[in-house]
Amino acid sequence: MFRAILPILVRLCCMLPVCAATLQLQAGVAESHEKLLAAILAPAENQPDAIRALIGVEDPAIVPTLTAWRQGELFVHETENGTRTPFLLGTEANEDGALPGRDLFTGKSLVGPDGKNLYFQGWELTALDTTANIRRSITRVIELAGISDVSATVRASSVEKLGQSQNGDYLPVLKLRLDKEQDPVVRPVLLNAIAMIELKVGEEAERLAAIKTLAAAHSLSGVSQFKEMLAQEDKKPRTFSPKVVDALRHAVITIEHYWYWVNFYGNIFRGISLGSVLLVMALGLAITFGLMGVINMAHGELMVVGAYATFLTQNLFIKLFGMESTAFSWYFLVAIPVAFGAASFVGLLLERTIIQFLYKRPLESLLATWGVSLALQQAFRLFFGPANVQINAPFYLQGNFVVHDIIFAYNRVFVVGFAVLVVFAAWLLMNRTPAGLMIRAVMQNRPMASCMGIRTQRVNMLTFAFGSGLAGVAGACLTQLGNVGPSLGQTHIVDCFMVVVAGGVGNILGTVAAALGIGTFDQLLQPVLGAVLGKIIVLVMIILFLQWRPGGLFPTRSRSLD
Amino acid sequence: MSNPATTRNSLLTPMQWVLFGLVIFCGVLLPALNAWLPEGHVFYVSNFTINLYGKYATLGILALGVDLLWGYMGILSLGQALFFALGGYAFGMHLLLMIGKLGQYKSDLPDFMVFLGYAKLPPHWEPFYSFGFAIAAAVIVPGILAGVFGWLAFRSRVKGVYLSILTQALTYAAALMFFRNDFGYGGNNGLTDFKTILGHDINSPSTRRGLFIASILTLAGVFLLFRWLTKTKFGKVMQAIRDGENRVLFSGYATAHYKLFVFVLCAMITGFAGTLYVSQVGIINPSEMQVDKSLEAVVWVAVGGRGTLVGPVLGALFVNFIKSWATRAVPELWYFIMGGLFIVVVLLLPGGLTSLPGRMKAIWQHFRKSPEPSDK
Repeated sequence: MFRAILPILVRLCCMLPVCAATLQLQAGVAESHEKLLAAILAPAENQPDAIRALIGVEDPAIVPTLTAWRQGELFVHETENGTRTPFLLGTEANEDGALPGRDLFTGKSLVGPDGKNLYFQGWELTALDTTANIRRSITRVIELAGISDVSATVRASSVEKLGQSQNGDYLPVLKLRLDKEQDPVVRPVLLNAIAMIELKVGEEAERLAAIKTLAAAHSLSGVSQFKEMLAQEDKKPRTFSPKVVDALRHAVITIEHYWYWVNFYGNIFRGISLGSVLLVMALGLAITFGLMGVINMAHGELMVVGAYATFLTQNLFIKLFGMESTAFSWYFLVAIPVAFGAASFVGLLLERTIIQFLYKRPLESLLATWGVSLALQQAFRLFFGPANVQINAPFYLQGNFVVHDIIFAYNRVFVVGFAVLVVFAAWLLMNRTPAGLMIRAVMQNRPMASCMGIRTQRVNMLTFAFGSGLAGVAGACLTQLGNVGPSLGQTHIVDCFMVVVAGGVGNILGTVAAALGIGTFDQLLQPVLGAVLGKIIVLVMIILFLQWRPGGLFPTRSRSLD
Repeated sequence: MSNPATTRNSLLTPMQWVLFGLVIFCGVLLPALNAWLPEGHVFYVSNFTINLYGKYATLGILALGVDLLWGYMGILSLGQALFFALGGYAFGMHLLLMIGKLGQYKSDLPDFMVFLGYAKLPPHWEPFYSFGFAIAAAVIVPGILAGVFGWLAFRSRVKGVYLSILTQALTYAAALMFFRNDFGYGGNNGLTDFKTILGHDINSPSTRRGLFIASILTLAGVFLLFRWLTKTKFGKVMQAIRDGENRVLFSGYATAHYKLFVFVLCAMITGFAGTLYVSQVGIINPSEMQVDKSLEAVVWVAVGGRGTLVGPVLGALFVNFIKSWATRAVPELWYFIMGGLFIVVVLLLPGGLTSLPGRMKAIWQHFRKSPEPSDK
């Protein structure tokens, strides 16, 4: 007999600590349950105060119950012996069309003395009464419930809202919360909210402290409030004490100064990232146009080839792994070499069929490649349709991070890093390998290089293919930054040429400098002048710049004359 | 060519004069057939045809401008469509003001201004009530733009493909500007719905005939002017600049001045062609000044044969015929045809259509000789 019971006993002993913890938790919850029940079952004249007593009480049942109360959907069930149980109505009606009663806390059906579920018909129910006063109290409790929510983001946003209302009634609750709040994100928000309210309702010392807090936090809502207060002061002097006014003036200057620099550096970053995009796009052109002297108007379309190659790779990954999987997101890393391959293949074809006959006639290579670009655009339209195609960003390129209030989007950061990588690789290839030496030799003097035993035809072909491949890589990059459609290339080709021309034909350093310069300049002008006008100004400035330095930033020096 | 004395002294050989006369005669004959023959007659020329050919004639002038720059001077300007459209806009402004209260909003202001909430006409529009001023502006505005741009570019010896790219950027920037609504020229809808020109209904057959004759005569005039220009010493210097600018420069010629003069001249003539174009087409919008349009004009010249004056006109006619056929019959294929034309002409027929007879002759003579192969 004892043997039979022993294992059960042992098991019970093991469960004991768990039980204790649960019990303790239940005690806290039970207490808050009691408070809620007390508020509901209190006599009508005490109800508002009882409801207000719920402020700061943490119980997930409070908000739904009070909401139901306000909407007239909370009922009380009274048994013969006088116990009153509040309940909500369930949704699943029985065969008579009656609805089941639901417990406030567990959500389970109410059970009658006979052990059966209780059902109620609509006509036999009267909702719990509400008065204006009760409704006001309920609203207050619900508003304040957000600050003790489990989710930190909900807490932060509701705290912020309370702060902006600048209502002194919230102050004690917020201060109470401050003692409990542990989250590093919510705490500063909470401090700011308290400061915002104290700014409005506090005495001079509190106001000064609040101004200090808000200025230290560089709060934007703070600065607009400060300005409002200063405007009040201007209209009606002596509204605030001179000390406060002084502090306000200082704080406004501090905060605005801070945000000026945040915007400035933000623009610089955006400029650098735009410059990196330009750089990646123009680098291929710097090789085909700058080094080889071929005006490849189809360069933009080669980028589109890269972009569509990325699109196809993505579709393949969707087919293989499905959209939701992690494996799908790695499509982009595969797409980059695929885009390079596809574009350089097209470039190779182009060079063999057309461009190799036109090395001595640059103006005509412009026309022929323009023809190619028209045909390619139409081909894209026929194959992929005239609309933009959908390309999903992989998870590691979504979102952003914030440093000192400057937003760094991951795709932008990626482009900057990628540009650095590509430029470095291109520089290594051109300046530190035998192949690069041959390329430079052929570009400087074809007949002479040919005499030295370099197979110039082959070098031309491979150089052009390399430049085209870089265009394809740029196209893959562009898929993460904007729309991909058949005319994507046309929108960027002028910019690409501008970068190469401004940088000085024939060297990578010039292209880098020009791309970053144009990108930053563009971004600094845009907020002032708008996108289109900014772009026009940049174009005009480039034209004027070339007056001053016709060879670009870093011209290639040569004694040869045509 | 057989008689160098005649070619040097007169504009055209007697034979060419006869041909030229024939063309002019046709130019006058077509409207006559349109006016006096009943509809349905075998030789009746429809209003549509008159309008179409009138349009082609203006495009021919555009092509001549491109050719004088490119074929005779080696400047491939991709800004010609810009000058053409600027002329068109200047005259379009006049035509738009001539609508008066006949517009949709029954206001003195042009429709788009009413739509954008203008209270009154901007002051720089006022003078465009005058026909003469509009024509002058259509010629002078492109001239000034070309003058400023050309002075800057040629002074710092920007040439070859760099000039092409810069003119392309200029055109691109201008198109972006005109596409904006707040730039004040109708945004991307442009200027349209014209009603009258010099008091005549712009859509009536008789006005159309008048415009057609004006276009043909302008084309002929420009042709003769260019012909004369290229025959003079000035023209020889132009061609020398095309073939070796540095040598001309070192021989003591201020090549920049020559280039600037021709660049401005072509811009002005192209601007005037724009006025004739707009009054026949009835609309001008920023898509007319895009780089594509400049390149299209370059293709006409390339297809017709650059460095000749007949070539561009022929090319403009030929390509536009294909275009109006292809865009209706096989719209998806038009871009392939156009692109193919570019490539084929550049690779296989650098001299264009006008060089075809000469080539045929060479091939023919080659065949005639080849039956007796010489072993030596």
